Amino acid sequence: MNITQTLDTKGLSCPMPIVKTKKAMDTLSSGDILEVLATDKGAVNDLSAWSKSSGHELLEHTEEDGVFKFYIQKG
Amino acid sequence: MIKALSAKEVANRVVDGNMFILDVRNEGDYKDWRIEGKGIKSINRPYFDLIDGVEEVLEDLPKEEVLVVCAKEGSSIMVAEMLDEAGVKDVYYLEGGMKSWSEYLMPVKLGDLKDGGSIYQFNRIGKGCLSYLVESNGEAAIIDSARTIEAYEDFAKENNLEIKHMIDTHLHADHISGGRKLAEKTGATYWLPPKDAKEVTFSFAKLEEGKDITIGNTKIEIQPLYTPGHTIGSTSMIVDGQFLLSGDILFVDSIGRPDLAGKAEDWVSDLRDSLYNKYNNLSKDLVVLPAHFGKISELDERGAVSAPLGELFEKNDGLNIKNEDEFRRAVTENLPPQPNAYQEIRQTNMGKIDPTNDEQREMEIGPNRCAITE
Repeated sequence: MNITQTLDTKGLSCPMPIVKTKKAMDTLSSGDILEVLATDKGAVNDLSAWSKSSGHELLEHTEEDGVFKFYIQKG
Repeated sequence: MIKALSAKEVANRVVDGNMFILDVRNEGDYKDWRIEGKGIKSINRPYFDLIDGVEEVLEDLPKEEVLVVCAKEGSSIMVAEMLDEAGVKDVYYLEGGMKSWSEYLMPVKLGDLKDGGSIYQFNRIGKGCLSYLVESNGEAAIIDSARTIEAYEDFAKENNLEIKHMIDTHLHADHISGGRKLAEKTGATYWLPPKDAKEVTFSFAKLEEGKDITIGNTKIEIQPLYTPGHTIGSTSMIVDGQFLLSGDILFVDSIGRPDLAGKAEDWVSDLRDSLYNKYNNLSKDLVVLPAHFGKISELDERGAVSAPLGELFEKNDGLNIKNEDEFRRAVTENLPPQPNAYQEIRQTNMGKIDPTNDEQREMEIGPNRCAITE
């Protein structure tokens, strides 16, 4: 997977992970992949719902030691 | 300036008031579980669709008095501030979000007991859980305690009560019992039906039919009545000959589901016998006090949930299924989804796992779902 940019939102709580993800995504081009690191559990549901509603694709997400990693491809 | 509204203040609006709610959680969470009430109107617009601006939602909102709600509080503050800037008057956010809403307990006095003393219902409105406090002569018993025991501790302190008995009608699957914790803290006895407690890792007193519990030095008695079906140990209680604490066997609008411990088929006949024989033989004047409600419309003007047993035998569909096969289907087929994390909750209540406070709170999110209908 070619990651275009990585965004670290560890330690931030809702709504900041999504606000920052959205801002980062606005600077990318269609097809680019954004990696998002987060520790807020709520981010799991919210990032998938947000990706769907804004036309991006959440390719995959993983969890390791309490850190969630999301890979979102811009639509 | 936006203002915080506490879960307590929102509960007052739900029982007897009005409020327009903008719920900014994601669609799935909103559909699953939200704040409802007679005077409550709500719409859902996820906060992540409002990051660039709230203009498009303004036409769906009143010009003043809007409560913004989210899971924890952060997103609702963000959206509330945007609405405020956009000119909406009196914008509130729910302090602590749905997590606080899920935990708030509202005490309502139900009535006096014959020989002094009284009984209170603690209504956990956000989750539909009902617990009870019976007090007499400075002593108290708490039945089906919620996990957040502070509400009972505060109440006991204010009313100079010593908590002597913590009683659970069954091993709960929808919420973590505060029974053991509060018993350890106060030195009270923790009572559990032995048939539900075969795997528990701690010591407890056996809640059994024929072994009455007395509170205070008056004659207020709690008479256990073995009524299996929701769980194999499920035990109802008759308090002061007036009130029937029915646990998760009988609710006002529905009846208990037999499947949460994985034994639906085995327990159908127990459930039927408890409801159609044992309950049917009791005085119809008993006031039924269940451990849950399903719909907010079950709350009366005080915010309490109760009904005479006789009325339930007339009106509750679950008590009026003549055919046994039909009954079996009603309690085993097409049941609502199970309560969130119900298996972990049962394990926690048995003392087998010990999740952190945050984990426990997370496990309890959502409605109780202990009835056969939603």
